[in-house]
Amino acid sequence: MLSPSLVIGTSLAYLLLLFGVAAWGDRRALQGRSAVGNAWAYALSMAVYCTAWTYFGSVGRAATTGVWFLPIYLGPTLAMVLAWMVLRKMIRIARRWRITSIADFVASRYGKSPLLAGLVTLITVVGIVPYIALQLKAIATGYALLAGPAGSAEVWWRDGTFYAALLLAGFTMMFGTRHLDSAERHEGMVAAIAFESVVKLLAFLAVGVFVTWGLFGGPQDLFARVAAQPELRRLLTLGGSDAFAWGQWFALTLLSMLSVIFLPRQFQVIVVENVDERHLKRAAWVFPLYLWLINLFVLPIAFGGLLFFGSAAQADAFVISLPLAQGALWLALAAFIGGLSAATGMIIVEAIAVSTMVCNDLVMPVLLRTRRFRSRHGGDLTRLLLAIRRAAILGILLLGYLYFHLAGEAYALVSIGLISFAAVAQFAPAALGGMYWKGGTRAGALAGLLAGFSLWSYTLMLPSIAKSGWFPDAFLTQGPWGVALLKPEALFGLAGLDGLTHSLFWSLLANVGAYVGISLWRAPSAREASQAALFVDVGDSAHAGPAFWRGQAAVADLLPLAGRFLGEARARTLFADWAGRVGAARIEDIRADAPFVQFVETQLAGAIGSASARALIASSVQEEPLALDEVMRILDEASQLRAYSRALEEKSASLQRATAELRAANQQLQSLDRMKDDFMSSVTHELRTPLTSIRALAELMADDPGMDAAQRQRFIGIIVTETERLTRLVNQVLDLAKIESGHAEWHNTEVDLAALIRQAAQSMAEMLREQGTELVLELPEAAPPLRADPDRLTQVLLNLLGNAAKFVPQPGGRIALRLRADAQGCTVQVQDNGPGVPREDRTRIFEKFHQGDAGGRRPGGTGLGLPISRQIVEHFGGRIGLRDDAGQGACFEFWLPCAPAAPAREEGDKA
Amino acid sequence: MTPRLGQQRLVGLFAAGLLALNFPLLALWDHDLLVLGLPLFPAALVAVWALLIAALGLLIESQPD
Repeated sequence: MLSPSLVIGTSLAYLLLLFGVAAWGDRRALQGRSAVGNAWAYALSMAVYCTAWTYFGSVGRAATTGVWFLPIYLGPTLAMVLAWMVLRKMIRIARRWRITSIADFVASRYGKSPLLAGLVTLITVVGIVPYIALQLKAIATGYALLAGPAGSAEVWWRDGTFYAALLLAGFTMMFGTRHLDSAERHEGMVAAIAFESVVKLLAFLAVGVFVTWGLFGGPQDLFARVAAQPELRRLLTLGGSDAFAWGQWFALTLLSMLSVIFLPRQFQVIVVENVDERHLKRAAWVFPLYLWLINLFVLPIAFGGLLFFGSAAQADAFVISLPLAQGALWLALAAFIGGLSAATGMIIVEAIAVSTMVCNDLVMPVLLRTRRFRSRHGGDLTRLLLAIRRAAILGILLLGYLYFHLAGEAYALVSIGLISFAAVAQFAPAALGGMYWKGGTRAGALAGLLAGFSLWSYTLMLPSIAKSGWFPDAFLTQGPWGVALLKPEALFGLAGLDGLTHSLFWSLLANVGAYVGISLWRAPSAREASQAALFVDVGDSAHAGPAFWRGQAAVADLLPLAGRFLGEARARTLFADWAGRVGAARIEDIRADAPFVQFVETQLAGAIGSASARALIASSVQEEPLALDEVMRILDEASQLRAYSRALEEKSASLQRATAELRAANQQLQSLDRMKDDFMSSVTHELRTPLTSIRALAELMADDPGMDAAQRQRFIGIIVTETERLTRLVNQVLDLAKIESGHAEWHNTEVDLAALIRQAAQSMAEMLREQGTELVLELPEAAPPLRADPDRLTQVLLNLLGNAAKFVPQPGGRIALRLRADAQGCTVQVQDNGPGVPREDRTRIFEKFHQGDAGGRRPGGTGLGLPISRQIVEHFGGRIGLRDDAGQGACFEFWLPCAPAAPAREEGDKA
Repeated sequence: MTPRLGQQRLVGLFAAGLLALNFPLLALWDHDLLVLGLPLFPAALVAVWALLIAALGLLIESQPD
């Protein structure tokens, strides 16, 4: 036992810390540096799904039924698999139309019906109050275990739980209704909830580790002891495949799959508090992972408790009682704080969500009808809105306490939770159907909800109340008025199912049946059709939907209206935003057309719900009702407009592509043109040099007839050499032009490259020997045959050899000629021991007329040898280059593919 | 990956998960056995569940925005 002051003090300190986290989150939001604007906080806030019911109740359920606690967490995992499609659509719809609660969602879809909104709210309140009672009960039980009973539960004013409920109400008011936000986002609250999720997970894991490894010798030891006891061993399996048991398994999975979306607090954190729909991608798997982690130790704790205490009587409290019995007082306190975390998190979010619904969908419609309220024009109503919400929060918590006080002791935790789940599952047909089926109507949704809710009350709620002993349960066993067919737990004689599956089957059957049946009864009205189109075709957030409104409105009327509910300053900001969007200079210049009226209505919907906003707008401007065919016309126009805009986008994209292609082609042409100019100027320059010397010598000889014969002979010799050079140059230019234009003649045969190399070496041998250069051949025994023109290849070889000969030192030069062959082709290397090619020249030596610099002396080539060689090698599908890693000297290398290689580029290789 | 293909994969995973975690596939594990000292049925449930979460994580994180 711990002292009450320690437990209460710790709890208060924890709540204070929580408040600190929330205040920090709110402050960050105000500064524009959102603390919860990331996927992790979003995922953790989803874990508000794990309430005290998970924390204490799962263990209790596991201790009595084995793995039957699990479907409640498998369902949400499956739901999250579809989150990227379903929840993302929901988030988009809610964001577009500023929907702030599940009631608003359903009502807005079916023509903004106040009746539907009110019905959904009522169902929620009735369904959720027991769930809140459950949290209070968990806190009370946990406290009693740690520190003894908190006052007397007999009279409420001496019951500690009553004050806990009041404290939590105050807390929730501070979290949720500090200011009015037209998107109903509460960043501080989300931060606190994410924090609580971490606390409860850590506390539960700590207890799990303590039980598994502290109390027992690891999971193997624990389960070995369980297996030794037949009555416990039975809990490790499902006990045979009883078909109805599997039916119940599926029902629980389905139920939790729906609840994880439609519980008000889940809708609040998943849809309303979502900052960015992309966060869903991470949260969709992190949240199931959280569920997985928090369930990992449920069985060990449950079995540990069963083995330790020998009975499942107090199994709901094992999480606290096990550490406590072992004297681990601090761990027990931590476990209590974890449970408190789970309970307060649920209460805070649930109360905020439900209070929004009560305010917008129950109180506001009534207020808007009262004459006094309507006659009071002007005045800021935001304070009134906040006050209504605070009162609603207090009311919900007091109702929860009342339920706890009256019925709390009668039922185990887990059954109460499932009753609430089954209640909110009734929203699924109308909400999901409305997102994907345009045919659903208001009457259908109303009928479905009413039918489902009635059957839920009759087959699940009523029996649970009767079992609490409030009224005789004779009608359970014999049926009302003795009519056995109407027995609530075996309706129409359907026996054999457990109570929950039975109720879920009948209520969902009636719900879906009525929803679809009545919807098909008659065509949707104009307003239903327009809202259906807006929901089903929500698309991405870029396009605004069509505006369904016609009438006379004035900005002068709408501004004060928005000001009353949104606050004067905020309304002016919003109107100014709109003015900027439509290009109006001042707010007064805004044209009050259909999109603008719709914009104002949407903003109001964020504050007071879509149904109330609709009623307000309708009462403040002159409207003309739209007929169904007009709605259809607007929809047609909108879809045509969308199609046009899509076509336009496609056209502009293809134009952009064409422009880019043209630009690239133009650039290529320009560079080709420049290359041609360069080539021309190079050729003329190369021609002019020998021509100049020929002319000079010829003039000298013409001017001096008496020149001596030896001199004349020498001049003539020079003239002949220069002419030869000219001829060679012209030949090479012609050659290159032919190859480039594809008019060259190629005489392809089978070529033995090794023989060709020997031949080329032989023809150069004499000249090399004269200049004192050593030529080394490194040839393999046999080389695969190539298909090429032998004369052209010889031309390449001679060119490379000649280049090498020009650059080697004289004497002492050394040229190595290597051939290597593999399956793909042959590589020929010509390596010399000359100065090598400077790094900056390496890329340019294959350009036309670029000549290497042989250490100051002019090599005396034409500058066309290498370009021609490259053309030839590439013609045969090979490549030529300069090796970087040759060490000293230059090493040219070309590679040719083996025969039979089709000439790779017969045409088109002009570059 | 096109958005449509990615979404189809998710729907496929949903169907696979729904089947694997319900009768009759789940009943295949329902034997009174200890494997490595752990009871087969709960261990298999936890493992199948973990696999489903891992597959979901891989698929959904690769969805285009």
